[in-house]
Amino acid sequence: MLNRWVPVVLVVLLAGALLTPAGFAQAPVKIGVIQPLSGPVAASGNYVRMGAEIARDWINARGGIGGRKVELVIEDNKSDPKEAASAAEKLIVRDRVPAIMGAWGSSMTLAAMPKLEEYGVPMVVETSSAASITKRGNPWIFRISPPSEMEALGLERYVAKLGVKRADFLAVNTDWGRGAVGAFGDMLKKKGAAVGAAEFMDQAATDMNAQITKIKATGGDTLFLTTAVEQITLVMKQAQEQRLGRKIITTGGSSSPTQLIKQAGAAAEGSYHILFFMPWFPEAMPDGKLAKAFVDEWNKRGHPFEGLTEGFRGHDGIATIAEAIKAARKDEPKAIRDALWKVSLMGVNGPIRFEKDGPAGKESGQSKPSIFVVQIKDGKVALPDFLAQK
Amino acid sequence: MEQLLQHLVNGLVLGGTYALLGIGLTLIFGLMNVVNFAHGEFYTLGAYAAFAALALGGVDFVVAVLAAIGAGALLGALCERVLLRPLRAESIDTTMLVMIGVWIAMQNGELLVWGGVAKSIPHPFPTAPLVLGPVSIAPLRVFVLVLAAGLIAASYLLIHRTKLGRAMRATFQDRDTAALMGVRISRIHTATFAFGSALAAAAGALLGPVFLAYPSMGDLAALKAFCVVILGGLGNLPGATLGGLLLGIAEELGAGYVSSGYRDAVGFVIIILVLLLRPSGLFAREERIG
Repeated sequence: MLNRWVPVVLVVLLAGALLTPAGFAQAPVKIGVIQPLSGPVAASGNYVRMGAEIARDWINARGGIGGRKVELVIEDNKSDPKEAASAAEKLIVRDRVPAIMGAWGSSMTLAAMPKLEEYGVPMVVETSSAASITKRGNPWIFRISPPSEMEALGLERYVAKLGVKRADFLAVNTDWGRGAVGAFGDMLKKKGAAVGAAEFMDQAATDMNAQITKIKATGGDTLFLTTAVEQITLVMKQAQEQRLGRKIITTGGSSSPTQLIKQAGAAAEGSYHILFFMPWFPEAMPDGKLAKAFVDEWNKRGHPFEGLTEGFRGHDGIATIAEAIKAARKDEPKAIRDALWKVSLMGVNGPIRFEKDGPAGKESGQSKPSIFVVQIKDGKVALPDFLAQK
Repeated sequence: MEQLLQHLVNGLVLGGTYALLGIGLTLIFGLMNVVNFAHGEFYTLGAYAAFAALALGGVDFVVAVLAAIGAGALLGALCERVLLRPLRAESIDTTMLVMIGVWIAMQNGELLVWGGVAKSIPHPFPTAPLVLGPVSIAPLRVFVLVLAAGLIAASYLLIHRTKLGRAMRATFQDRDTAALMGVRISRIHTATFAFGSALAAAAGALLGPVFLAYPSMGDLAALKAFCVVILGGLGNLPGATLGGLLLGIAEELGAGYVSSGYRDAVGFVIIILVLLLRPSGLFAREERIG
């Protein structure tokens, strides 16, 4: 009786084994995403999510990873470091994701980091700029965004051309803002420029008049502004109201100049912006074809154009993780971490490859992204004169 | 000196808006014994209502502000009628929890309808600042300050000069006696909640164009409103007005002369001092019964 079933079972098992590579209802590969989808910096987080979804769909359209579809498990950190830590725990413990991309703000990323170490899950950091992220000795961190020091170094050769002689700082009161003030201050001092006031604002603050009044009294020529687009808009409007009359340079790449033109209008005129993607001139990016395709796909989906300068981060982060999973040949956290050290791919920003950063033996990975400067001229985004002439 | 003048003007403008936020909350608190955690959401509602009327409906700026006030009053009345009236016999904790629920529901509703991306509300005022010697101020801010002062004055007149106001004050002093004297308590409660919410919505419609409209904008506003109420004393209208101005100027000077990183801390330090030294509020009259 039993013997009669044995061949049937064997045939079924064999058929199953043969069918598997062709997508025999395989479980998808999960990738966790932690972004600020609500709260004061929600715009940026939502754009990163949209970019991540484009990367997911592109990977899946090309057949997924080893025949398995990519699935994003997206968590909202509500622009709040506490929520970022619990989002990381939830993704790891409940959803069992083997890798995460996150968590936009430096303070949010720093809050999530101990969880990565506790459970041993790698995270690709797509936006955060605080130096401490890769310096703390967390071997599960792989950053594709530039820390403020790298950004400052990227700006160094333009300091003279920008005519920065005496600079003041206004920054969001987070690890990101405080880190940027230190990094850019050091770079400017090295170049012989004077550094005046360093003022800070709460992430949710809307009235920055006190800070602007104080900065106005220093008599500098340039204001370095480090925060997300919402607050940049407000600072620019309020600076105009108080006739601050400074050259404004934003750092961190979250200034979304197209949105500034729309929302701050004339107050944004003449300002310079450090960016890591120039969707206005995709052909000028390291991989013009990929950049162009990304912009086209973004527009096709009806996403707002102003989100592109954040959205590419989501694409590059997910593409990096997918590349590592492909190389690891399994979706197991440790294998993915080891594979991340070997990935080498072209993102929308440019080449992504990790180098060691931080204390020996517990290094984090840090890629060297491309850095660009644009200017708002006549209500349009343009290359600054000193770059356009080249 | 020039800086000090500019700081004082900034603080006055900021304080005027805090006052507008505070009086709505203090009325509801004092009169109905309801801790309205959703106050900030009515502020947000006002901003989005003005945005919808201006950017989508294409109406005049003043009409948009009126529309926002109407929307705030309507939703406030509905909220009182449906959620608070059945709970009037319950303790303050119960209504507080209900209002926390309203807060969460409204904020997520706004997120659902408008998305997380901040909206810029158009306004008809020139962006070039008015310059008076060393001080400069945007025309829109002057308009907001004037309108806020007008609304505060109108509230004061309503409460002290009208029959509805007298009924409100009577309810505040002693609910049962007022009811025995023929005051229809239910109606007074609905009117008070609608009025307080309308003031919050007005603040949102006026400040939306100054700042930006986004779903979590009400959180900070509600926090400031609670500070103002504590500074001024519960249910104390002039107290809330003065408390608002005081908070605005204190924050501004704290940021200007101490450290901008601790700007909000300045306000809270004052509140801790007030709670320690004058727990019934800076401007509370002695021997208040209510």
